[in-house]
This record gives sequence, structure tokens and C-alpha cells, in this order.
Amino acid sequence: MKYIWSIYKKELRSYFNSPVAYIVSTVFLLLSGWMFFQQFFLMGQASMRSLFGIMPMLFIFFSPAITMRLLAEEKKTGTIELLMSLPVRNIDILMGKYLAALSLLVITVLLTIPYGLVISFIGPLDWGPVIGGYIGIVFLGAGYLALGMLTSTATSNQIVAFILGLALCFLFFIMDKILPFMPDFSVSFFQYLSLDYHFNNIARGVIDTRDVIFYLSFIAGTMTLSSFAMESETWR
Amino acid sequence: MISITNLTKKYGPVTAVDNISLEVKKGEILGFLGPNGAGKTTTLKVITGYLSPTIGQVTVKGADTLRDPQTVKRSIGYVPESFPLYEDMMVYDYLAWVAEVRDIPAEKRATRIREISDVCGLVHVMHKDISELSRGYRQRVGLAQAMIHDPDILLLDEPTSGLDPNQIVEIRNLIKKIGQEKTVILSTHILPEVQATCTRVIIINKGKIVADGTPDELLSKSTAAIRIHMQFAEHYDAIADNLKRVDFVDDVIKVEKAGERHPIFIVETKKDRDIRAKLFQLAVSKNWTLLEMHSEAASLEDVFHQLTTN
Repeated sequence: MKYIWSIYKKELRSYFNSPVAYIVSTVFLLLSGWMFFQQFFLMGQASMRSLFGIMPMLFIFFSPAITMRLLAEEKKTGTIELLMSLPVRNIDILMGKYLAALSLLVITVLLTIPYGLVISFIGPLDWGPVIGGYIGIVFLGAGYLALGMLTSTATSNQIVAFILGLALCFLFFIMDKILPFMPDFSVSFFQYLSLDYHFNNIARGVIDTRDVIFYLSFIAGTMTLSSFAMESETWR
Repeated sequence: MISITNLTKKYGPVTAVDNISLEVKKGEILGFLGPNGAGKTTTLKVITGYLSPTIGQVTVKGADTLRDPQTVKRSIGYVPESFPLYEDMMVYDYLAWVAEVRDIPAEKRATRIREISDVCGLVHVMHKDISELSRGYRQRVGLAQAMIHDPDILLLDEPTSGLDPNQIVEIRNLIKKIGQEKTVILSTHILPEVQATCTRVIIINKGKIVADGTPDELLSKSTAAIRIHMQFAEHYDAIADNLKRVDFVDDVIKVEKAGERHPIFIVETKKDRDIRAKLFQLAVSKNWTLLEMHSEAASLEDVFHQLTTN
């Protein structure tokens, strides 16, 4: 636990010492704000629903951008060797880095709360779905970040990590939208695996433990794969 | 302190380390000598637990690197070859972070960082970004992070590569100082380094140990020829032939040197034969004016060369 905290602090500081955090947050806010308010004024409803339609798609790009450097950079520069000469377990390293990435994502998401405040001045905003949406988007982002982390663990090239992470995120986003093309018996399976499907459940304002359990086990599973990937490095 | 038993490490089909067994005792400064690609770095990486042995076992102070990596890592300080460091951190912050992860209690960290920055000569760069540091300073930061938790064992991978001559001397003195209380293993292909710092040398070639002993023991194993350099104030064609006819002379090589009016003759003879007197008497009897004569002692270079070629 102590080591996770040490690594977490270092990684978070490294995000904010470099332009990464600022670029990610700013560009995300620009894009989401622009896309959201374009639709918002067209629809003329005091609702944030369309924002929660935009964010899952934007996160397909932004999550791997956040995670791509986490381990790929350490491997490229060789600092991983020093990191692993410290008395920390692989899982400490992974958890510390993952939580730092998650914190950056949560901070970025929280920066959109003023949208809600502004809207609530214009018209009656139903905060139930908004809170559900925020909880859901954090879970969804956490799932994406775990995938991005996995690709960063598997390669020492940040670009490769980004592109592969993007592809994986997209796959788990699109999974419940291509169900008509799937064989009948597998439909519920693929629907269950889709990150976006569970997000939509939560975003409706109904926080079902099944969805939460799905996200937590999805993250745990992906992190386990990452830790296998790290472990396999030593057996090269 | 460190015990390596039948260690083999393969990268796919390539065998980097081939069945090495080794005991390193407390207080030794062990030099790992070998050509590039001999398996020095791989062996060090296996000891740190960064790589797992394909076959064999490595224990550090009784703890197995595979079964108990945490314990092993606690007693080791490691400086990798190209001293990779977090470029975006300040030296002080980096050392403070390592101190934290190395379980140094919070109240002792500041003192410890001051001590170590003193030892490694980092005092003036503590508040610089690591990316701004010169190679020499980066190397010192590498050493500082490896020693901050006062480990019993220090592993240094080519610690002086890329440093200027003054820095090399400084680092060597530092290593010697550390070696008085701790076990140090350093890898290098720079031979004077070993002679200057190590109490024990292991020459490794193609993944196998080919020699093991103190630098002096290894020197005495050398079967290389003794070379006597001679220079005369005049030049006759007959010199080389006459020199060759002296007893026990195996070969005479004439070397023309830029800036010298007369060639230098290198007389080769077998080890343990002292023919200097005979050579001098020859010069006297022929009335040649001898300007210079010195014999080249067998060097680790010769031993190294002998053991690592063929």
C-alpha cells in the first residue's frame, strides 16, 4: 500500500510537471464543450444527456493518450530497470501509475461540472441522471485507462501503445453496437462485455451493483494481464 | 553475500550466460571483465532480480532472487549501464522519492539525502532538473540513488563509461571507499579500472567464466611474451639480425615511429627470461649507442586478450 502511494504521488506530479495533464484537460474541455453546447442549444432542453453521449467517444482518444507513457516511456529510457531494483512489486507499480492516470481523468471530468451549474441557472436540471452520468463516466474511463495501461505495458513505443490502446478502447466501446452482426447465442455475451453498455445503464441514474461489479472485475482482469505482461519481461 | 549456482540465461536461442557458478564474499570489490556481449550486464541484471534465470539459482544473503525478490532488492543498490533517470525530476526530489520507496523513515530522509549528496558530490546540483545534468553528474545521481539506503551490496554496470579522466579517478576513489565496508560488483571492459579498484577479478567470455583471481594472480597466469623496447642513436641494417641471434630471442620487430629519427626495435622473449643484460652487452660489443631500453610488463590486457580471443 505504502509503495502504491509513493508511486502514485510521483506519477501524478510527473503528469502536472509536464504539459501532458494541461494539454489533455484543455483539449478535452474544448472539444467536449464545443460539441455539447452545439447540441444543447439545438435541443433546447436543460439536460446534460448529450454530454454523456460525447464523453465516452472522446475518452476513446483521451484515455490512451493519458496512459501511453506510463510504462512504455520507462522501458524506452531504461528507468524501468531502476524502478524494478527498488523493493516494490509489479502490482504496486501498476496500481500507482493507474491511480495517477485515473486521478487525471477524474479531475478533467470534474472540470465539466460548471456546465451543469450554468445549465441549472437556465432551466430546471434533473441532477439524478447528471450524478449517475458522472459516476458512470468515471467507471467507463477507468475501464478505458486499464486497457491503455495494458498496451503501454506491452510495448516500449508510446505511439504503438497509443494506437493499440485506442483500438482496444474502440473495440469495447463498439461491442454493444454491432450486436446485429453477431451470432445469436453470443449477443448477450458481447453486450455484457461492452464498456459503453454498462455506462448507459449507470448514466440512466440507476446504479446497479451488477454494472459496478462488471467494471471492477474488468479493471482487475486487465490489470492482471498487465502484470503478466510485466512479469514476462523478466523471462525474456 | 552473493551466491550464484549454475546460472544460465538464454534470450530465445541466444545463450547470454552459460552455466556460471560464483561466490562473492563480504568486502570484496569484484570486477567483472569481459568483451562487449560477454554476459556481464545480464549477470548483474539477474542478481538484481530484473531478469529471471533460465536455469540455476541466485541467492543474495540467503534470499532467492525468484522467491524473495523484495528482500534481495532491499540489500542491493544498482546502477545500470546508461544511468537512466527520470529526466523531469529535480535531483533532490528524485533522491527524496527513492529514499521514501527505500523505506527510510520520513524524519531521517533529509539528513540521509544531505549525507549522500555530500559523498557523491551533488551538493551544487540538488535543485537542478536531472535533464540538465552532464553525464558525470548523472552518474553520481545514479550512485547516490543506489547508496541512499546504505545497502550491503552495490552493483555497478560500467560505472566509468563516458566520464572524463578526472571524473573517472573520482568515481574510482569513491568505489574504493565504499568497498571498504560493502561488497561491490562492477562490470567493465576497461582494464586499468580493474587493476586500480578491484580486489578480485572475474574474466567472462561468451557467457562463461574463463578466469577468477586477484589482479596479481591473473597477471602471473599470463603466458604472453615479454617485450623489450630498444632504440639506438644510429641505424644499421644489421641491428635486427644481430638482435635476433641473441639467446632466447623469439622475434624482433622494427617499428618506425613518427617524429623519431631512428626506428624502435621490439625484442620479444619468453616470460621469465631476463635477457636485458645480454642485449646491453651486444650493443656495447658492437659499439652501438643505446638511447633507450625498457621492458614492457605483462598486463591484464594480455591476459584478457589471451582468454577472450580464439
